[in-house]
Amino acid sequence: MIEHLPALIIAIPLFGAFIAPLFKKKQSIAAVWAILITAITVILSLMLMYQVRLHGIIVYVFGADKPTIVLPSGYKVPIRIMFEIDGIGAFMAISATLMSFVGALYSYSHVKAESGLEKYYALLLLLEVGILGMVLTGDLFNLFVFLEIAGIAGSALVGFRNYRGEASEAGIKYLIVSAVASLMVLFAIGILYGEYGNLNLAYISRQVSLSTLDMIAFGLLFASFAMKCGSVPMHYWVPDAYTEVPAGINPVLLVSTYASLYALFRVSFTLFANVSISLERVGWIMSVLGVLTMFIGVTMALVQKDVKRLMSYHAISQTGYMLLGVGVGLTVLHNSDALAEFGRTAMAGGIFHIINHIIYKSLLLMTAGALFYVTGTRNLNEMGGLARKMPITTLCFIVGAAAISGLPPFNGFASKFLIYESSYRLNPLLAVFAMVTSILTLASFVKVFASAFLGPPLEKFENVREVPRPMIVAMVILALLCILFGLFPDVVLNKIVYPAVDALINVAQYQSWGGLA
Amino acid sequence: MTTTIIKTTTKILAPLILVFGSYIILHGHLTPGGGFQGGAVFASGLALLIVANKYDAVKSLFEKAPLSVFESIGALGFLGMACLGFAGYTFFKNIIANSGFPLFGGKTPTGINPGYLNTGGTLPYMNIFVGIKVLAGLTSIVLVFFLIMRRERDEW
Repeated sequence: MIEHLPALIIAIPLFGAFIAPLFKKKQSIAAVWAILITAITVILSLMLMYQVRLHGIIVYVFGADKPTIVLPSGYKVPIRIMFEIDGIGAFMAISATLMSFVGALYSYSHVKAESGLEKYYALLLLLEVGILGMVLTGDLFNLFVFLEIAGIAGSALVGFRNYRGEASEAGIKYLIVSAVASLMVLFAIGILYGEYGNLNLAYISRQVSLSTLDMIAFGLLFASFAMKCGSVPMHYWVPDAYTEVPAGINPVLLVSTYASLYALFRVSFTLFANVSISLERVGWIMSVLGVLTMFIGVTMALVQKDVKRLMSYHAISQTGYMLLGVGVGLTVLHNSDALAEFGRTAMAGGIFHIINHIIYKSLLLMTAGALFYVTGTRNLNEMGGLARKMPITTLCFIVGAAAISGLPPFNGFASKFLIYESSYRLNPLLAVFAMVTSILTLASFVKVFASAFLGPPLEKFENVREVPRPMIVAMVILALLCILFGLFPDVVLNKIVYPAVDALINVAQYQSWGGLA
Repeated sequence: MTTTIIKTTTKILAPLILVFGSYIILHGHLTPGGGFQGGAVFASGLALLIVANKYDAVKSLFEKAPLSVFESIGALGFLGMACLGFAGYTFFKNIIANSGFPLFGGKTPTGINPGYLNTGGTLPYMNIFVGIKVLAGLTSIVLVFFLIMRRERDEW
């Protein structure tokens, strides 16, 4: 059964998603069901990572006699849909499954009072399927299909609280952004298919020459994935979507954003890897986009009064760090000295920052959800003195805020430090912007902490109590991960981050399907 | 909206559309079309029936019809057919084709032929399940629009 792991990791959450609507009468069973299924996928993704570390790239060809028959007899080109899983795919799969599990656990109490929960959990599992498919697939059209699944499930979840007008607006906005992005992706895929007559990522990447059509396709793919990962100047949908979505979905929605970031990396590093001259230019574009994203995001966050909206702008700003780190790596990809000296470290910083950011931003958004759960408002001016009432939430918030500001010994420090060090080597100005952004982040979280948790206890919050246990457990899991990743960054770096970085750098391995053809 | 013209036309057209939809689903592995297209045609026939009937009759009929269960069944059936491949092959492997299984398991002849219905293996099964899912999904969308529109008109 172990060779079917890549198929099972898609099939099991799909099965869970279609069973969930049948629990219409007993909605709490749907919640338990979703927790169970997501827990199974966590185990599967860990096994997948283990297999990838053991055997290198895993190829799974759907519909073939054996999972590893890439080229059927008599064919020179791959004709079947296949999954091609390397270090970074497995890395993203771990992030996705872990966050779906935490999100489902948190949702158990957080949305208990709402109606239509069987659909909520079905959509949560579908969103997970979409993300997993995007990060595991080795086929361009399949990437588009899973992008659509994630986009539609995500927009339905953003608009879940449809009795609030803002939620419906945010849902439609997310739907339009997803539709525009995926249409552009489809158009680019059409161009590539027309040119090379195949949809397999590895096959196309071997054929690509930088013709005008290729440049158009690359531009479309780059722009649409940058749009879906919320980079400036296409960041406008992020605050709305993250603010209105129920806090239990926030972790999964974050990962779905970073699945697009993964697709952006995959396109730049693998699909167009042969195009060595202009990759340096693309790397610079990515780095500058990263710096702009982090700086504009944080300056817009500073003025917010809505606690979740403030954190959403920080999500934009943190995406900039990942773009910067990986962009620095892309700039020096074909310069082997510089790559060994600081490029690889920069990419490790950028990719390590993905999982770190997913963990602490989910934690922060969940504490914001907890505040909303007990106070019924997200306005910071109306809160105050909650630290005494909600000690565990407060502690979790402190951990998350310290991590996002890059204070040692939390996980944000580990990845940000790698990015500072290495981007300084490319251009000192990049590192300066990154550090200033970090300081501004700290400033705005001090503001949130002071206005929500400190101060005299307010009369209207006298009966407020700590949030229910499943929410606490979900938050504490993430807070512990923040501390663990910060205390032992070398373990995480060596076990899952550097394999992911090497998978991106080592294109030849990917292009030959891990040596199968 | 429900005039004599619509009622009379529906009486003649709706059975035709429903049969045509089923035909497209069942012949999906031989002719253009398939589960999605056939399901959409079938759902459009149901939409015609919904529009041509009275609000209360439609409401009481569809309160009994478990559309969301049909949707789940369609998706689960599709997934189940795909999972058959785990028996020794891979996910989505068509293990029924040419196996001699009585339903859709016949041997596919090569060369020019009129097309034999009893072939295709898992493909016709998957078409049928996709058809069920699509017709349930599209019908429930039409139904939601219909019921909401009518309710607002009553409230005016």
